[in-house]
Amino acid sequence: MSDSNVSADDLHAPTKEMTVGDDLVIEINGMHKWYGSFHVLKDINLKVNLGERIVVCGPSGSGKSTMIRCINRLEEHQQGQIVVGGIELSNDLKKIDEIRREVGMCFQHFNLFPHLSIMENLVLAPMWVRNIPRAQAEETAMKYLERVKIPEQAAKFPGQLSGGQQQRVAIARSLCMSPKIMLFDEPTSALDPEMIKEVLDVMIELAEEGMTMICVTHEMGFAKTVANRVIFMDGGEIIEENEPNSFFDNPQHERTQLFLSQILAH
Amino acid sequence: MAEQTQHIVGEHPDLQPPASTVGAYGWIRENLISTPINTFFTILAIYLIYLLVPPVLDWLIFSAAWVGTDNTVCKNETGGPIAAACWPFVVAWFKPFMFGFYPDSELWRIKLTYWIFGLGVLALVIPAVPFKKWVAVFLLIPYPVICYYMYAGGSFGLVAVETPLWGGLFLTLVIAITGIVASLPIGILLALGRRSNMPVVKAVCIAFIELWRGVPLISVLFMSSVMFPLFMPEGVNFDKLIRALVGVTLFSSAYMAEVVRGGLQAIPKGQYEGAQALGLNFGKMMFFIVMPQALKLVIPGIVNTFIGLFKDTTLVGVIGLFDFLGMVQAGSSNKDWLGYLTTGFAFAALVYWVFCFGMSQYSQHLERKLHTGH
Repeated sequence: MSDSNVSADDLHAPTKEMTVGDDLVIEINGMHKWYGSFHVLKDINLKVNLGERIVVCGPSGSGKSTMIRCINRLEEHQQGQIVVGGIELSNDLKKIDEIRREVGMCFQHFNLFPHLSIMENLVLAPMWVRNIPRAQAEETAMKYLERVKIPEQAAKFPGQLSGGQQQRVAIARSLCMSPKIMLFDEPTSALDPEMIKEVLDVMIELAEEGMTMICVTHEMGFAKTVANRVIFMDGGEIIEENEPNSFFDNPQHERTQLFLSQILAH
Repeated sequence: MAEQTQHIVGEHPDLQPPASTVGAYGWIRENLISTPINTFFTILAIYLIYLLVPPVLDWLIFSAAWVGTDNTVCKNETGGPIAAACWPFVVAWFKPFMFGFYPDSELWRIKLTYWIFGLGVLALVIPAVPFKKWVAVFLLIPYPVICYYMYAGGSFGLVAVETPLWGGLFLTLVIAITGIVASLPIGILLALGRRSNMPVVKAVCIAFIELWRGVPLISVLFMSSVMFPLFMPEGVNFDKLIRALVGVTLFSSAYMAEVVRGGLQAIPKGQYEGAQALGLNFGKMMFFIVMPQALKLVIPGIVNTFIGLFKDTTLVGVIGLFDFLGMVQAGSSNKDWLGYLTTGFAFAALVYWVFCFGMSQYSQHLERKLHTGH
């Protein structure tokens, strides 16, 4: 996984200072999750403030994807508390939908809708979840397509785009819902090396604009450039949590040291 | 072969392919005589065509009786039926074949609905016609209601026509189209129910599907016409046609449910997650994201079920309804036309084939149209 890492120098350099607010937007308290009898997440505690950019890393199977998928209830937790934007996640479907409206998510495999054109992919949720009229939804969609630099692809279908373009469309699709928080679940892991940078650059621009982001990624260059906090997970636990410079230069836990030596040694 | 010319490296021009791989000769070489085994089967196929096609064409066309209004042209010297098709039989019985015993004076009602349907379909097919959505809605919802009142009569000043008088291709179409239009939505609901997390819903759907799939249609029809009335209170009597319609519809929805379920299983989990992450609730996710993709995947299976249903309508003959095939058989037991059943069957086969082939072609057109490239 390390050979596809884009170094921090190659990435778009942030031009604005990225600040973090005081408002708490995500609060996870003592959260546990089991798959059957397999204890996959153990006592997760995490607080995220508005405007924070958090990178979650760790070996595969460490539970990092599962953790962020709990935040918008793609996975159900069995114990503990998750509060997103003041709403506590429960089995109440209305509350789940309310949270999902405010939390955007990008997936490793993009999950664009292949039977709909790019434009239809972008306007579907604004029109049918937020009840925005089509003309206005298309205008917003075009704005975000321009921001991810592929407005000319609006009429095409996802199958006709490259992986990098598809992931940028997926980001634009989430942004069309004007989310308060963006979750990224290994957004560059399924991409060819030459396409990783274009996606990371879009994500960096997003961070500059003050978006609250939680990214599960192996892109350490990205973590150094934009993250204000790096979380290392292993075996379903948060092992270490620090601001990026200290995290990379001076990892405390030996498992963190081992992971970093493996991922950065090449 | 051709003389080798030198080209500058990096500037090699595009050349014509060798003559033996293109054109008619290339095609024959590639497809008919590429290997000894291929050549053998080509010759065998030509021989089989030679054996089969000329006698069939002779029976259907060249030796057949074509002109005439009664059976005299279809008789040989000894007064028996000729050893070829007797098309005057079809001409003489054409009206009953098409409409059964529906009264002549009321036939305009059926024909009018045919015309409306034809025009509606034309409007859907011709790209330049506007309001396609409304035409489709009209054909799906008000049109069947209009048809019911037109066919059954008894209101709006129309003479009532009892369903025992309905027959022929008209009855076949009524049963088939009702079955097709009703079985798809019921099948979709059953498929969703079978995949539901709710145990009771799931169990009911599984039981329903397996029950209907586990019994032959012919017994369903028998049950509906013989046993069902026994359970009804005295005096309550459903029309025989309605009972057959319900039987055929439920029977094919069970098959439809399994076809649709196959499509649902092929939709990756990521599509559900993508839709959920955007805040779409279950209904919207199914309607906008999952179902369109699942149904597109199983178009061949859906149309296969439709075609099967269309041909299975012939089984309503066993409960005394005279559908198209039943009318053909009735016609050939008429004393004037004894011995021309084969001609009737040939005609029936042709008509059924035209309808089924039409459906098949339409489904392929739909698949091409909905293909979005992957």
